[in-house]
Amino acid sequence: MGNRKSKKTMRKKIKIAFKKSLQSYKESLPILVATLLLLNLVEVFWSGKYEQLFTGNYFKDTIIGALFGSFSFGIPLTSYIIGGELQKEGISLLAITAFIMTWSTVGIVMLPWEIVNLGKRFAIVRNIINFILAIIISIVTVYLVNFLK
Amino acid sequence: MKKNNFKRNLFLLGVVLLYIFLSFWYPELIKKSIGKTWQMLYRIIPLLGLVLIFMTLTNLYITSGKVEKHLGKKSGWKGWAYASMAGVIISGPAYLLFPLLKELKKSGAKNSLIAVFLYTRNVKIPFLPILIYYFGISYAFFLTFFIFLSSFINGALVGWFSQDE
Repeated sequence: MGNRKSKKTMRKKIKIAFKKSLQSYKESLPILVATLLLLNLVEVFWSGKYEQLFTGNYFKDTIIGALFGSFSFGIPLTSYIIGGELQKEGISLLAITAFIMTWSTVGIVMLPWEIVNLGKRFAIVRNIINFILAIIISIVTVYLVNFLK
Repeated sequence: MKKNNFKRNLFLLGVVLLYIFLSFWYPELIKKSIGKTWQMLYRIIPLLGLVLIFMTLTNLYITSGKVEKHLGKKSGWKGWAYASMAGVIISGPAYLLFPLLKELKKSGAKNSLIAVFLYTRNVKIPFLPILIYYFGISYAFFLTFFIFLSSFINGALVGWFSQDE
């Protein structure tokens, strides 16, 4: 008798938990679809144009690399491959590192989706701090690599 | 609530209008983007189902007390260690993890630890050989080391700036 009652209570709890999760999904689904549409638009637009973005200026290219990485999206592996190809084109390692860093730590196109889930203040602060840290890490990493050469 | 729903739909409407607008000048680009989005959605729908199951389990078993203890204000250095290790180990696109993190946040997880988790996700051990292949071992070592180290700086700063949320 007690067992049946506890099973019933558990089923009720699962139902409530599922409904809560589903509601959360339903609310954020339009943002997810819109974000994916925007991500792919940016990706298709930029593909094959990576080299054209860089100017040859050491500092300008670092900022361009960081900005471009912020608007791009994908697994870190893709940024390594693009970065490797850019290096063959003569783009500075500093610009490439900034690009690799912001590629995976800053997500401008994904910002609306992050805001919906984690809050406006959190998402904006996190992305700004990540952008600044990306440039600092790039400078320190490239400096140390060159120093050890 | 209704206002928020309207805002969310408005964003989607805005993107759809942008697609329609751009399709007059760049029909090929739009076609490709829609195709890629469709492929992406097709790929992630099963994963979204999986995330839904995880979210249900989180709602069911991971109580506020547990989250508060391990990832909350009083979690101490262990909380930082859990968050950084989880970031390295757990893979998957961030957009799939955001809803799960939302649930943890609701249950009392600290902003700083969520930020640490999201940052250390960039340390991906399986991808290291590619990084070494393109840029050399010292580059891969320093970059990985600084990403891991700065995840704590990142967490502390994000936590400090977003504490009143």
